[in-house]
Order: sequence, then C-alpha cells, then structure tokens
Amino acid sequence: MTDQTPVPAASTLETLDLGYAPAPEATDHVRIRDHYGLLIGGKWVDPASGKGFKTVNPATEVVLAEVAEAGEEDVDLAVKAARAAYDKLWSKTSGTQRAKYLFRVARVLQERAREFAVLETIDGGKPIKESRDVDLPLAAAHFFYYAGWADKLDYAFPGRSPRPLGVAAQVIPWNFPLLMAAWKLAPALAAGNTVVLKPAETTPLTALLLGQVLEQAELPPGVVNILTGAGATGAALVAHPDVDKVAFTGSTEVGKAIQRTLAGSGTRLTLELGGKAANIVFDDAPIDQAIEGIVNGIYFNQGHVCCAGSRLLVQESIAEPLIAKLKRRMATLRVGDPLDKNTDVGAINSRQQLDRIEELVASGEAEGAELYQSPCDLPARGFWFRPTVFTGVAQSHRIAQEEIFGPVLSVLTFRTPAEAVEKANNTPYGLSAGVWTDKGSRILDLASRLRAGVVWANTFNRFDPTSPFGGYKESGFGREGGLHGLAPYLDLS
Amino acid sequence: MATTPVRLAEAGDGFLRQIELGPILSRFAVDQVGVTERAAALAKRSIKKTSKVAALRLAVAVMDLTTLEGADTPGKVEALCAKARRPDPADPMVPPVAAACVYPTMVATAKTALAGSGVRVASVATAFPSGQSSLRVRLADVEDAVAAGADEIDMVINRGAFLSGRHREVFDEIVAVKGACGAAHLKVILETGELGTYDNVRRASVLAMAAGADFIKTSTGKVQPAATLPVALVMLEAIRDFHERTGRMVGFKPAGGVRSAKQAIQHLILVNETLGPDWLTPERYRIGASSLLNDCLMQLAKERTGRYQSADYFSKD
Repeated sequence: MTDQTPVPAASTLETLDLGYAPAPEATDHVRIRDHYGLLIGGKWVDPASGKGFKTVNPATEVVLAEVAEAGEEDVDLAVKAARAAYDKLWSKTSGTQRAKYLFRVARVLQERAREFAVLETIDGGKPIKESRDVDLPLAAAHFFYYAGWADKLDYAFPGRSPRPLGVAAQVIPWNFPLLMAAWKLAPALAAGNTVVLKPAETTPLTALLLGQVLEQAELPPGVVNILTGAGATGAALVAHPDVDKVAFTGSTEVGKAIQRTLAGSGTRLTLELGGKAANIVFDDAPIDQAIEGIVNGIYFNQGHVCCAGSRLLVQESIAEPLIAKLKRRMATLRVGDPLDKNTDVGAINSRQQLDRIEELVASGEAEGAELYQSPCDLPARGFWFRPTVFTGVAQSHRIAQEEIFGPVLSVLTFRTPAEAVEKANNTPYGLSAGVWTDKGSRILDLASRLRAGVVWANTFNRFDPTSPFGGYKESGFGREGGLHGLAPYLDLS
Repeated sequence: MATTPVRLAEAGDGFLRQIELGPILSRFAVDQVGVTERAAALAKRSIKKTSKVAALRLAVAVMDLTTLEGADTPGKVEALCAKARRPDPADPMVPPVAAACVYPTMVATAKTALAGSGVRVASVATAFPSGQSSLRVRLADVEDAVAAGADEIDMVINRGAFLSGRHREVFDEIVAVKGACGAAHLKVILETGELGTYDNVRRASVLAMAAGADFIKTSTGKVQPAATLPVALVMLEAIRDFHERTGRMVGFKPAGGVRSAKQAIQHLILVNETLGPDWLTPERYRIGASSLLNDCLMQLAKERTGRYQSADYFSKD
C-alpha cells in the first residue's frame, strides 16, 4: 500500500544556508541629467559665474552629474525672486490655496516615491530600505501634516494673529536630503513664507527633483527657489540682508558662525545642530529590543544622524551579556550595496566624512578604548566603514565627547539612575536621548531630568511630523515638527 | 504552616529564577512594539532567484505535514503520508517532508505508510489541544502514542497552571511527559495565543526548555493567533539565550497560520538571522502546516518553469 518510489536523499538539498541572492532595486525609472541649474523665480538657470561641481555616488565613486554652484549674484537673484513672489502673490494667497499646493506636493511625493528613494540612495549612499521606508514616507507625511495647518493658523495660536515673516533662507544637510527639505519647506510654506533652499553639496539631486515636483504641483514661480552650492553659497544666503528668517540644520561649528553673522540683524533664526545622544539601558530593560534600539540608534543611516544614540550607557550589572549580544547582532548587519533591498548599512556619504570618522576612531584606540568591528566584507570602491563599537570608554575620551557622525558607538557604564542622568547630561549637546527600562515611573522620571529635546522610551530614532524635534545647548534652538514647528515661521506678536 | 514560605517561593518567577538561569535568561521583559517592529523589518528581506528556490526546498524539508481532524481516517492519513514521502513526483529536487503529524490513534497507520522513507511520525498527545485532563490521562496518551511507534511527541503545556502562576507544576509535568517519551523527541506546545503577553511567551519558552523540551512549538493550530512572526521571534531569542547559557540547542516549530510559501520564507529568515544556519535543519527546525506544502510546490514549479500553474496540478490529500 505504501508508495515505494525512492525519495531524494537529503543531500539533494543544495544548501541549508540561506545566503541571500543579490536583490537590487531597479534604477531604470530614474533619470539623472548631466547638468543641473539653479531654480530661481520658476526658471532653471545657469549660475552667473558659470561654475559647477560634481556630485558622486559614494558607494561607487562614479560621478552622477554636474551641479551649478550658486554665487553671491545668484543668491541675490533668488532672494529677490522670493521677495517678489511673497509681495505680489504668496502673502495674498489664502491658507486654503496654500494647503492645496502642499497636499499636491505630498501626493506627488507618494506617487513618485520609488524614483525619489532610488535617487536618494544613489546620491547619498543610504540603504534603499531606509530611503524607501523612512525618508520618503516621512517627507510626504510632513507635507500632508503642514498642509492641514495652512488654513488653520488662527486656531493653531488662539488669541494671536499669526502673520508670515517673508523670505526664509533654509540650509539643509546631506544626511536626510529630501526629508530635511520637507521639514523645512512644509511649515514655511504653510505659514505663508517664500523660500530660498540650499541643499548640501554632496546630496543635491533629490532637492533638485523636488524642484521639478513643485513645478508639477504648479506652485507659483519664486515661492520656492533652490540654490545648489557649498559652504560659501550657504554663507552668502544666510547673510543676505533681505532674508527675514534663517533655518539651518547641520554642524554646530557652522551653526555658531551663522549665529554670529546674524547677531543684531533682527533676522529670526532656528538651528538644529549636532548631538551626542545617550542611549541608557537599565538592567530591567527588554534586552533583545534594547539591542535592536542600540543598533537602530547608531547604525541607522550609517550613524549620519544628528540624534544618533552614539553613547550607550548601560547599567554595569548587565553590561557584559548585553555587549556580547550586541556584538553578535552586529555580525548579522549586512553592509554593502545601498541599492540592495537586503542591505542594512550603506556607504559613508563622502570621502571627507570618512576621513573624519577614521580620525576619531584612531583617537579612540590611541586613548585606550577597546575596538570591535562587525566582521563584514566591504566593497572595493566607494566610501565604507564597518559598524564599530568601543567598550571601556571613559567620559573624558574624545569618542565620548565629540560627534563622530558615523557608525561608531561608544559604550560607557553606570551604576545608578542618578549616575546615568549625570553622564547623559554631561555633554555640550542636548538633542536626544533614549531610555530602556520595563519600569514606567523611571521613564517619566528620566524624561524630565534628561536635558535633551527628544527622549525616546524603549525605542530610538522614531520620527513623526506631529512631534516637535530640536535641541538644547550646542544642539541648537527652535523646534521642527508639530505646532512648535510652525511658530518659527510666524510673527505671533 | 511551614509550607507557606515554600509556596511563596514557588509562585511566579521566583521558581524560575531558582533554576539558575543567569543574568539574561531570568529576564522576561519583552517590549511588544519593539519585537513587532523587528519581526516586520525581517519580513521585508527580499529573497529571490536561487535563494528563493533553496528556501522553498528547505521549507518542504522541515515541514511537519499535519492532519489533526476529528474526521481523520486511515485512508486520509495514508494519503497524507504518500504526499509526505514524495511531495512532488514531477520534481526530483523536492525533498520529502520532515514528519507527518497525526493524532495518537493514527500513529500506527502513519508508521506503516512511512516505513523506510526517513519521514518521521509525530503524534500530538497530552489531551491535545486543550490539555484539560488529569496528568495520569495525559501521560497515558503519550505512552500510547510512543507504544504505537511515534518518533516525536507534540505535547501541550498546562496553560491553566501557567496562567495561575503555578510554574513548578507546569515544569514538573513537562519533566514527566519527557520521561514518558523515552527515546521519542519531545516538542512542547506553548499555545501562545492563550498566553496573552510576549513576557509570558518568553517565560514559558524558558520554562519548557529548562524542563527538557527538545523543541518548543508555538501553537496547536486550534487557537488564533498562532505562529505570528513576533511570537516566533520571541521564542527564537529565548532559544538563542538558552543555548548561550547551557550549550543545548533546542529546536523550534512554528505551527498554525503558516499557509503561504511567503510566510514560510519569512519564518526561515527569522531563524537565519536570530539563530543562524545551524538551526536550519529538520533536526532543529520544523514548520507545522497542512495547506502550506502545495503553495511551496506551486512556487517551486513557478521558479522552474517561469509560470504559475492551476491548483489542480497539485494533489490535494
């Protein structure tokens, strides 16, 4: 009665090892032009100087495009275009109408999400799964969220009569190029300002594509102007006398320089700068989720995150097993081609940033901290750095004090909650912090004692357009997101 | 009166901590949001081409092909066993499944039908699925199945005792069942859908492993939710920590609700990234399922031929 056909031996299973075949995201729907101009007054124009610079794919070092470098003349033209658009049109456009444009932009971003995600990954080096699942959905969500406020400003600030400021100069970083553009543009436009936006020199392409989307959404000419360039372009823009409001996200050093420039000018300013966040793990924490939070806190976007959990403060009683678990988890991180859908950690954004990471890691070793790196293979070309953890770090080490802005975690230990708070706050920065514990009362207690703009409880690096984000101390001032994020773009007096 | 402090010590986690679990294994806190996110992130792994074929074959090779119905008959079980031996006669590269899983009364039939095939016979026992019988009856159930030739016993834990905090009772019962199994492998079903929290899933996993389980298994398949990805992840992490602590490699079996090849591959990825390839073998990993096999065969045929075929081209057993 039984079927006596010989069955294949177990050896016919080629392998029980589930090696993942390459799963690259298709790129054929993304068209990168050879040259990009500046978006001024609704027209794409060449810079007065005729100068340009190249943007490269950091995963391959292949040049992607030549991008215009805006000089002072271009800055002046862009600010004039923004001023004209403000005076003649945008300041007279109703909130309902402004909302209409913002909703359109949000929808187009969703429709073209794949194109944007691929371009973001090609130009910046971040894994496609992050640009696809984090940057793009959040960018669209910010436009949707602030679109909703555009016709409700009187209700957002009851008893005040909110008025737009005029022309906003916005300078954004290279770590979340499109998302930072969305964080800046959406509240500014909802509040009724016009904008001159300067994306970072290593990652201009998605901002330029966003410029095309603004045209597709029929946003009136001059309401948003986009100037590409490096530090000099940004400096000229923020110093322009006809700018009413400056918003900058980037390094603390540049933030300080901008604040000096604007001192006494009356120009409004918000700064979102560096960080050296403490991720605090207590001995009663959900350990495996804490490990994920630590990994997400520091290796998300190669650690190019101002609110990265770059200092792990772990209670001494569980430090040893926790670090063993962390190292084991790090070994499973898939580092490599950012376009592969299974890649967890992509390329370092630029040669310059890689040099800085390498310099700080060398200092950590020289100062006596113990280095461990994920045992992964790195591609031969491009800019790469292995996920790294330093143990035995002292509070006085440079790697405990300075922002590395790379996939490098410094581990310190503490004994009591009071010591955890003291160490967490003992930094010039104050952007974010994480608390891992099963005890709700301890979360609430620490949240009120940590000098950080954002405190995450049993999670890390979570963002939402309704939630304000910003720092204390050298991490800057002003908030982006939520109602708080509207206020810096409004005259509420 | 002297019994009072003993009872207190035995209540709840106090008992579990007594059994020398160490600093990680004695912690049962699981963050629901975090574990759900991690499972969802792993479910997005993209498994294509050669990896997909390897994963599908592996899914077949680790499958416990199951029929657990009141209506089961020798004829039905024989048909299932024929399928278990040779899931797809058209494709010589498709391996036999790991085991056929049946009720104790069907063990002898399955044993005969699978003779010489290498496919093992697993039997549910211990008053499956509720476990609501006396220990004497549950042990007799196990002894019957083993006597009939079962290679593996799938027992259910005493959820009533577990949920009322009588962990020692649950532990002792598993030890007793393990004793009744003799040489048969013991899979301990936690019935996670009735445990209520991930903390409890981790606690019950550790308890079952400490009591001698060869495998821990999510569910009977009679209660929903069953083998969800977050539950599987919590149990796999417990297995990993138990191995770190004791050196013993306990197996894992998700069962209930795994119906599509896509879900099966997601489960395999969870194992691959949590425990590593050492666990990707029928010795340490099983998927309990009834309707999953044909979807795996359909996907394999699609990879082989480039076309999907109608369900009528795959035998329904």
